[in-house]
Parts: sequence; structure tokens; C-alpha cells
Amino acid sequence: MTETNIPWYKTKPKYHESIIQWFLFICAAVSVFVTLGIIFILGKESLLFFREVSIIEFLTSTKWQPLIEEFGVLPLLNSTLTTSFIAMAVAAPLGLFVAIYLSEYASERVRNILKPILEILAGIPTVVYGYFALTFMTPLLRLIFGQNTVDIYNTASAGLVMGILILPLVTSITEDALKAVPYSLREASYGLGATKLEASLTVVVPAAFSGIAAAFILGLSRAIGETMIVALAAGAGPNFTFNPFEAAETLTGYIVRISGGDISYNTVDYNSIFALGLLLFFITLTLNIISRKLVKRFQEVYD
Amino acid sequence: MSNFNDNIKKRYTVSNLWNIIFTFATIVAVFMLFLLLMNIINGAFGYVAIQNTIEPTEIISSGNLDELDESQLIEILESNLSKGLIRRYNFENPLIDRSKTEIMSLVFERIIEPRVVKSWNLKESILGRNAIIEYTGREYPNAHLQFRSWLNPQFLIGSQASVPELAGIRTAILGSMMIILLTIAFAFPIGVGAAIYLKEYATDNKFTRFIQVNIYNLSGVPSIIYGLLGLAVFVRGMEPFTSGAMFGYGDPSTANGRTILAAGMTLALLILPIIIINAQEALRAVPQTMRHAGYGIGATKWQTIWSHVLPHSMDRIMTGTILAVSRAIGETAPIVVIGASTFISVDPSNIFSKFTTLPIQIYQWTSRPQPEFRNVAAAAILVLLVMLLTMNGFAIFTRNKISKNRRSN
Amino acid sequence: MSSLMEKKMHKEENNIVNDKKEMVVSLKDLNVYYGDFHAVDNVNLNLEKNKVTALIGPSGCGKSTVLRSINRMNELLPETRVTGEIVFDGVNINNPKIDAVSVRRRIGMVFQKPNPFPKSIYENISWGAKINGYNGDMDELVENSLRKAALWEEVKDKLKQSAMRLSGGQQQRLCIARTIAVEPEVILMDEPASALDPIATGRIEELIFELKKNYTIAIVTHNMHQAGRISDYTSFFLVNEDRKGHMVEYGVTDDLFLNPKDIRTEEYISGKFG
Repeated sequence: MTETNIPWYKTKPKYHESIIQWFLFICAAVSVFVTLGIIFILGKESLLFFREVSIIEFLTSTKWQPLIEEFGVLPLLNSTLTTSFIAMAVAAPLGLFVAIYLSEYASERVRNILKPILEILAGIPTVVYGYFALTFMTPLLRLIFGQNTVDIYNTASAGLVMGILILPLVTSITEDALKAVPYSLREASYGLGATKLEASLTVVVPAAFSGIAAAFILGLSRAIGETMIVALAAGAGPNFTFNPFEAAETLTGYIVRISGGDISYNTVDYNSIFALGLLLFFITLTLNIISRKLVKRFQEVYD
Repeated sequence: MSNFNDNIKKRYTVSNLWNIIFTFATIVAVFMLFLLLMNIINGAFGYVAIQNTIEPTEIISSGNLDELDESQLIEILESNLSKGLIRRYNFENPLIDRSKTEIMSLVFERIIEPRVVKSWNLKESILGRNAIIEYTGREYPNAHLQFRSWLNPQFLIGSQASVPELAGIRTAILGSMMIILLTIAFAFPIGVGAAIYLKEYATDNKFTRFIQVNIYNLSGVPSIIYGLLGLAVFVRGMEPFTSGAMFGYGDPSTANGRTILAAGMTLALLILPIIIINAQEALRAVPQTMRHAGYGIGATKWQTIWSHVLPHSMDRIMTGTILAVSRAIGETAPIVVIGASTFISVDPSNIFSKFTTLPIQIYQWTSRPQPEFRNVAAAAILVLLVMLLTMNGFAIFTRNKISKNRRSN
Repeated sequence: MSSLMEKKMHKEENNIVNDKKEMVVSLKDLNVYYGDFHAVDNVNLNLEKNKVTALIGPSGCGKSTVLRSINRMNELLPETRVTGEIVFDGVNINNPKIDAVSVRRRIGMVFQKPNPFPKSIYENISWGAKINGYNGDMDELVENSLRKAALWEEVKDKLKQSAMRLSGGQQQRLCIARTIAVEPEVILMDEPASALDPIATGRIEELIFELKKNYTIAIVTHNMHQAGRISDYTSFFLVNEDRKGHMVEYGVTDDLFLNPKDIRTEEYISGKFG
């Protein structure tokens, strides 16, 4: 009987597994390419932009009027910060209080109603919030403060609605932070004769501080990058003002307005939206990194 | 005891005060959702005052168009409309060949042209009905009042128009659907593939951690930046590809990269980090024993993943993907930057077509000065919300179903 | 056994309050239920003033549950019911009308795993005093509390430092100091040394011996030798067939260890189980 010399063990299949692994690796590498792409594109067009416009003027001038070739980013940046801070003024306290309520006080039944509601709020597209800002919030503000004080487009309306938009985000991360504080700390507080409120406010919340800070910073970052609410409600036209009842276009609102219109590829206008995009990218990236570092530090304490 | 003040009453008062504050904050949050939905419903229904641009009685003294025959009706059309328009109608389908009903509806639409001169929202319509009737009688004596649901079948199947009462979202819905299919086609395999690599194959070294951090950062990048990326790379840089010129599609003189393909690719990049992170979580939840069982019977790594790990985690991956996709459906900013068409009346025919999406329409209608467009926008928002609700409900349903199947196996 | 001893134990069994001995806390027919589950069955126990009473027994037989009932910590858990009387300062405090928060200042607790607040050492101690409305000199209170907890010398130069940087044994002594700072009359200790190394454990035991001069102490411990070392009275707990925890025997520590009345006590002490 002839026997062919086939070993009972399989030698490693040469191609099949490796090809698959390489394909999967490329999938993972796509994410790196995306980041590189973003940086490259924003950088390249910004460089073209900064050949025409000096960085100093860009960062310090308070006039943005492309028609007369003035490109100071401060009006746009100022409006962005105004709307974002108004948004945080709404979302931070509300988010913190709702999170405390959810994690320290609410019964199972209440949580089962509240959490889906927050998820729904988080899932509503931003353009719908923009509609809400324009058709409800602005008329409301004009009713309260008078039509002479409040313009039809204003940053306050956009900021307030943006606060509602980022509320679920802030609440969720804050609640995680509060939950991560071990029960033993609450026990210690109660054992010393503290009320639930005293334990929550003076022990648990301070103990969760870096997690809460991370939540706020992430909320701020989200607010800064938000586009549709401000595009619809904040106004179309750069305006350097500290009055939130005036119309003032934000960074994102400007980018969306210009790119939505007629735009030819090799103009300063075209390059300018990338320079603004680069600025936006830097700001949000920095905030996100800080936020994540805070979360990590927080996790290390309680492991 | 003597060193401690008797402050228990005060402490409880403070406690109750803060309880009220916390509860109040929660109520505010819930109330906001309620306000939002009420506001939309308020805008999507209400009385409208409709006035004809040209009264039927000006065409025929009895006001009844049926008394005219086809040739008379066609004559009316030809004498009142521009030559170009007549030519276009004849090109689509010669007027002489059309039925009387069709011609009559054309006359109605184009000559008589009923127009909404004023609209009211739901609250006003219910509470201020008498005031509305009186107002209309005064200001628009020739108009008649009608209660209108701006969300109606005509709205769903009609295409865009320049007047609010004739506006429809068919084109937008088609655009949204086609883009989303592309988005899924790109993002799902790449995203899940990346997650599989990172969880199952990659060793924990600096490079892998770098990729991980990178993905987290990408998930926090504002969506408009993805729009800029798509504009520069897909629309401009890859124009021959995205416009279809490379494949012979599209008229070379008018085609540009602002197509469904470009939009789909851009949104795919946008939701890619979310899909990866979610899939990673799903894979992490698969117990190691399952993998060991696979290896134990001599299966290769990929075989184990394909036949054990993936099916086990597929329900969570699907749920997360559907949620990511529903996020993509609602995205507006990147699509605007890519360049959705401001006004197209022709349905997208292939991935190299110009397009518009539902959120884009909402954006544009809301921005228009005429208040009636707000009503149309509200109706469109309702459609969008129903779509999202259905998707999310479907996601939860399939997840529960697959989990049940898994458990019963 | 002398008749005098017999009489003494007989009296203790019947929980007669002898006017030579002051009972600070008396548990009468204490039962604890978690939902429908009857966790602890009919406990009768006294804590004599300035004495250490130990609760020993294998794990899961309700010792901690009994302890936590005394300062009403059990009611923080969902669906928990405590019936029976807990008499403290002449009042049955097992009564919803009695405010638990005020009780807990006077009956303090030290937990198994040290749980200092992530604040400074100073703030750990001052926090409890402050919310309870302390109106004296805080610095003095902090120092006194740390001295009484045998920690002052080790931390006096670093009061502003975070408490999390102390060692396990130091943290536990800090927790004791913080409990003392609100001037309780009773200190409940739930296995205070079980998470510590032998040396730290020894220091805690020494500390308890000192503390009982000023405080009434009840201590749950797994370690019966520890109970033998530091307690004046010991109660032995077991679970019976229907998983209810109950008190088998209770008496003067030396008597219980040398002459246990119940065979199960004897078996536990001689190491046959547990």
C-alpha cells in the first residue's frame, strides 16, 4: 500500500489568513488616513490663505469683511464663544442637577422614564433644534425683552437652544462620574450623621470633580462645533459684539453659509473657510484631549 | 451635645430646598422635549387662507371649467403660459394626447394658481378661530379658509416647488435614502473590520494605542470639518470619480463632484469612528471562552471570528450601526458644505446625480422669508422624526429578537 | 462553676439591667427582613457603657446586619425592615419618627475597608463636625481626635495632605478619628481590622482598648481570637436551618470562651467550623 507523506498537522496556511489580517489592518488604518486627510487638507488650504492674509491680522483684527479684504477672525470667534458659553450656562447647572437627581435620588421607575427622554433629546437632529430656536425661542425672547431689544436673529436664542442640545451629553457623563464614586464614601458620610443632600453635595460631587469637569469641557467642545442651530438662528453676517440679542455669525455659521453658496475653488474666500476650519479643529481637539485626560485621571483614582 | 448646635431643622430645610431644585431641573429637561414636539406640531397644522391668482370666473363666466372642451383648455394654456413651458409639457407628453382631467388640472395649477396668502399655526387655529375668520374677511375677501395639514400625501410624493403649498419631499427622501445606503455600504464593513482588527488581531503596542486614541479624537471632531474634508477631497480632488465622468456618466460640461457618491463617502467617514467604537464594545462583550472553544477544535483565528465571535456580537453591532446611521440621516452641515443642490426638481437617478436631503430641505425652508415655508419645514421635520423613530425602534426590536434567538439556542 | 458565676450569667441571659451596670444600647427582639427574606431572628443584646461587646460567628449569619441596625444604616438599603426595639438613651430609636441623621452622630461607625474622603486629613475630620454644627475650635478638635486615634504624631505635619496617601492602617485610624470628632457615645465597628496587616491590626486593637475608656464599643469580628483579646462581652451568632441568623449565646467574654454553654459555641471556638 502506498502512503503519501502527508503530515497529520496542517502547516500554517500561507495566504488565506494573512490576506484577511491585512485587509482588516487596512480598515483600521483608514481611521489614521482620515485624520491625516483632515490635517493635510485644512493645513494646505490654510497655507494658501495665509499667503494672502497675515496670521496676525487673522487672529487679532475685529473686522471680517472679505469684500474689502479684511479677515479678522475675532467677530466670528467671539460669536462662537458667546453662543457656547450661553449654552454651557444652561447645560452645566441643569446637567449637574439632573445627574445628581438621577444618580442619588431617583427611583428605578423615574429613571426608566427619564433616561429614554434624555436619549430622545440627544437623538433629535440639530436642524430641528435650529427650527425650534427660530420659531419658538426667538419670538419668546422678543416677547419677554421687547422687540426693540432682541433682533430677529440673535446669539442668545441660539445659545439657549444649544444648551438643551448638549444637556443630555453633559448629564450622561456627569452621571457616570457620580456613579463611579464608590458607595463606601456615601456610607461613611451617612455614618457621621449627614443628610443625603450633604453627602451628595459636599462629598460625592467634589469626589467626582474631574469627571464632572470632563463632562463640562466636552459639552463646551460640542457647542463650539455646532453648526445648524447658529446657522438658522444666530444671524448671517459677522458682527463683533458682546450683546447677545444682536445677530452675529459664528465660525461654523460662516463656513456653512459660504460653502453653501457659489464658491470658486481658487479664491481667498474658498481658502478662508479652511483656515476657519483649522482653527475650529484645533480648539475642539484641544478641549477633547483635556476632557479625556481628566476622565482618565478620574478613573485612576477610583480603581 | 453642648459643642454641637441643634441645626437639624435647618439642615432638613436646606435639604428640601435642594430637592426642589433637582426635581425642577429634571422637569425642565422633560418639558423641553415636550415644548420641542409641540412647537413642531403647532407649525405643521393650521388654517390657511387660499386665494386664486386668477379666478375661474375670469376664464369662464360660470366658473366651471368642465364646460370647456380640451381644445379650448389647451388654447387657454397656450395663451397664458410661456412658450418654453408649453414646449416642455409637450416634450414630456403632448398636450393633445392628455386626458381632459389632466389638462384641467394643469389649468388649475398654472392659470388659476391657488395660493396660500396667509397661514396660522395650530394654536392660533384652535384658540383664535373667530379672529382668523374676521381677519380673512377683512384682508383677503376673495380667499377662502381651509384647515390644512401641511403633512399630507401630496407632500410626501410631490417634488420641490417654489411655492410652499406645492412643495413636496419626494426628491429629498430619495436623496437621503440613496446617500444612507452608500454610507452604510462604506462605513459598515470598514468600521467592523477595523474593530475586529483592533480587538482580535492587534497587539497592545504604541501604534495600536495611537490608532485607538486617534479614533476617539475623530469621534469628537465637529461634523462640519468632515464636510470640509469631503469638499476638498471627494468633491474637488476626486472630481472625475465622484462626478462619474470617469465612468462615462454625467454631462462633462455640467457635472461636478457634488454628487450622492461624494455625500455618501463623507458621511461614511463621519460615522466611521462611532461604528468602530461601538463594534469594539460589542466584541469586548464576547466571552473569551467562546474564542477558546473555537481554537480548541482547531479552527483558525478568522474561522473562529467569523463563525463564533461575530454572530455572538452581531446584535449589538447592528444596534449601534443603526443608531449611527440614524445620526447620519439627520446630518445637515457636512452635506451643505459638500453642496446639496438648492433647488432640484428631478429625482436623483444614480449615485452620480445631484441631490438634496430631507434635513437640507428643512434647513432651506426654515431659512426662507415667507412664513408659510415654516409650515412646510414643520411637516418635513415630522417626517424626519418618524423616520428616525422607526429606525431606532427597529434597532431595539432587532436587538431584542437576536438576543432571544441566541439565548434560545 | 460557682453559684456566684451562675447567678451572674443567669442575670445577663435575662437582660436584667443591674444598676451597677449601665446599658447604653439595648436590643429587644430585633428582627431584620430583606424583602421577604428573614435575615436576623430575635436578637436580644445589650451594650454596656464603656465596655467592648464583640459579635462573632461565621460569615453570613447576620452580625453586621445587627450592628448596622443599631445606627439605622440598614434602612438605606432598599426593602429592608427592622422590627423590635433599639433602646438608646431611654428611647426606642427603631422608629421612623426618630430622625436617623441625629442618631448617627451619637452612634458612630467604622467600616471594614477604610473609606477616608478624598480630601485632606484635616478636612476628613472637620467635615463631620462642621455639618453637625460644631461651634468650638476646629483645630483643637482635629488635634484631639487625631491624638485619641493614636495618629497625631504621624500626621501632625501634613494635615493638608490628601488622606488617600496614608497607609491602610493609618487610613483606618483616620476613620476612627473622624468618627470620634463628632463626639459619639457609641462606636460601632464592622470588622475594622480585617483589611489590615497584622501590625496595623495590633495597633487598632490597642486603640480600641484605649477608646473604651470614653466610648461604648460594639465590634463585629471574624477573628474570634481578636474578640477574646479585646472584648468584655461576646455574643455568638449562627445561621439555623432556614437561613435565619440568630444569636446563640451571649455573655462575659472569658466565660463564653472558657465555659461555653451551647455546644455549637464550643465547636466554633475550638475551631471545628467557621
